[in-house]
Amino acid sequence: MDTLQRILTSHPFFEGMWADHLQIITGCATNVRFEEGDYIFRQGEEANHFYLIRQGKVTKEISPPQSEPLIVQTLEEGDILGWSWLVPPYQWRYDARALTMTRAIALDGACLRNKCEHDRELGYELLKRFSLTVSRTLDATILQLMDVYAAID
Amino acid sequence: MQPSIDVSSSPADPMTPRMFRVLRNYNDTADCYTLSLQAEDGDPLLFAPGQFTMLYAFGRGEVPISISGDPSDPGTLIHTIREVGPVTQALREVKKGGLIGVRGPYGTAWPVKEAEGNDVVFVAGGIGLAPLRPALYQVLHRRSRFGKVALLYGARTPNDILYRDELEKWRSRFDMQVEVTVDRSQAGWRGHVGVVTRLISRTGFDPVNTIAMVCGPEVMMRFAVAELTGRGVAQEQIHVSLERNMKCAVGFCGHCQLGPAFICKDGPVFVFPEVKRLLSIREV
Repeated sequence: MDTLQRILTSHPFFEGMWADHLQIITGCATNVRFEEGDYIFRQGEEANHFYLIRQGKVTKEISPPQSEPLIVQTLEEGDILGWSWLVPPYQWRYDARALTMTRAIALDGACLRNKCEHDRELGYELLKRFSLTVSRTLDATILQLMDVYAAID
Repeated sequence: MQPSIDVSSSPADPMTPRMFRVLRNYNDTADCYTLSLQAEDGDPLLFAPGQFTMLYAFGRGEVPISISGDPSDPGTLIHTIREVGPVTQALREVKKGGLIGVRGPYGTAWPVKEAEGNDVVFVAGGIGLAPLRPALYQVLHRRSRFGKVALLYGARTPNDILYRDELEKWRSRFDMQVEVTVDRSQAGWRGHVGVVTRLISRTGFDPVNTIAMVCGPEVMMRFAVAELTGRGVAQEQIHVSLERNMKCAVGFCGHCQLGPAFICKDGPVFVFPEVKRLLSIREV
């Protein structure tokens, strides 16, 4: 548990978080490892975790019908994977797959949701941090959608 | 404004092209190709990184193209060009040994000399890597004069990546960081997927002592500048290269006017605060 808490404390996502909040979060954390090619989760599955990637590379993939999966983003060391655990109906909207062997900390979203309901300060802290992640992802998505490198007609 | 450039290699009449012979004309990607040229009169075309020339496809027209070769080898003039219209299409069809007209070089330069003693971050998007390459060559020729050097490059897909061999060579150096990302990909690509601005947070540099040179579509540059300033890089340390419809290239015709600036002579390279307001006006 001590090791997990040290890892969480040193992760930029949790920078500046109160020690007692970190202790609660550590209670919902486990070390996980995915081999190259493993799915971390699949679109439509129940979203009960999020992941702090410690090592490796993860692809976020969308599978259009009868077509090769499209990789829309890669995540690496220091990145956060997944916020569907926070938003009803708690289902993944895309596939996540380990492009290389990946080590991560998995945080039990169902457990955290429950703790946040009882500790609103913890909930607010987590929401602030996830808002930043979501906002950055949205900015990146806007830029991707604009397809700025495409030829101009 | 950027440093002024000695264009003494240009003929007295800036509207008169010099004749250049095509040494090589080869495809980089499906829509980009590189022309390697040599002056018919034997005089090298001296240029500074970031400058452009007007390339004339006889009978078809003239286009402004950034020089993308090595400034220390001015005997060979290199341009990487994206085929987007009839003139760039005509230039693509000029075979080895054919002649094209060249005017220039014109415009302001990347602040390579001024960057000495600092970390240098190059942020390139799409064909924007071509105008940055001469600055990168200069930095690497004088590598010991700079701190950390990073090249962050974003392309549309893996098939659109320019200068693949050189990127590999630069990546294998121990004295620079090279990160390449694509906006979209299918299986088989093992590199980054995502916008180039996301690479900025993964790059090690000292924001207080960093000069950033950014070139790509304007929207991409705005996002890149936001990310760089978010990391603590002052706007005065960020340089961008702009593109407008250059015609005369000597500040005469006004086609490339952006607010009070003529991109052809006041740019194309600007310190970001010089153009910050103009880039945020939709109508401009």
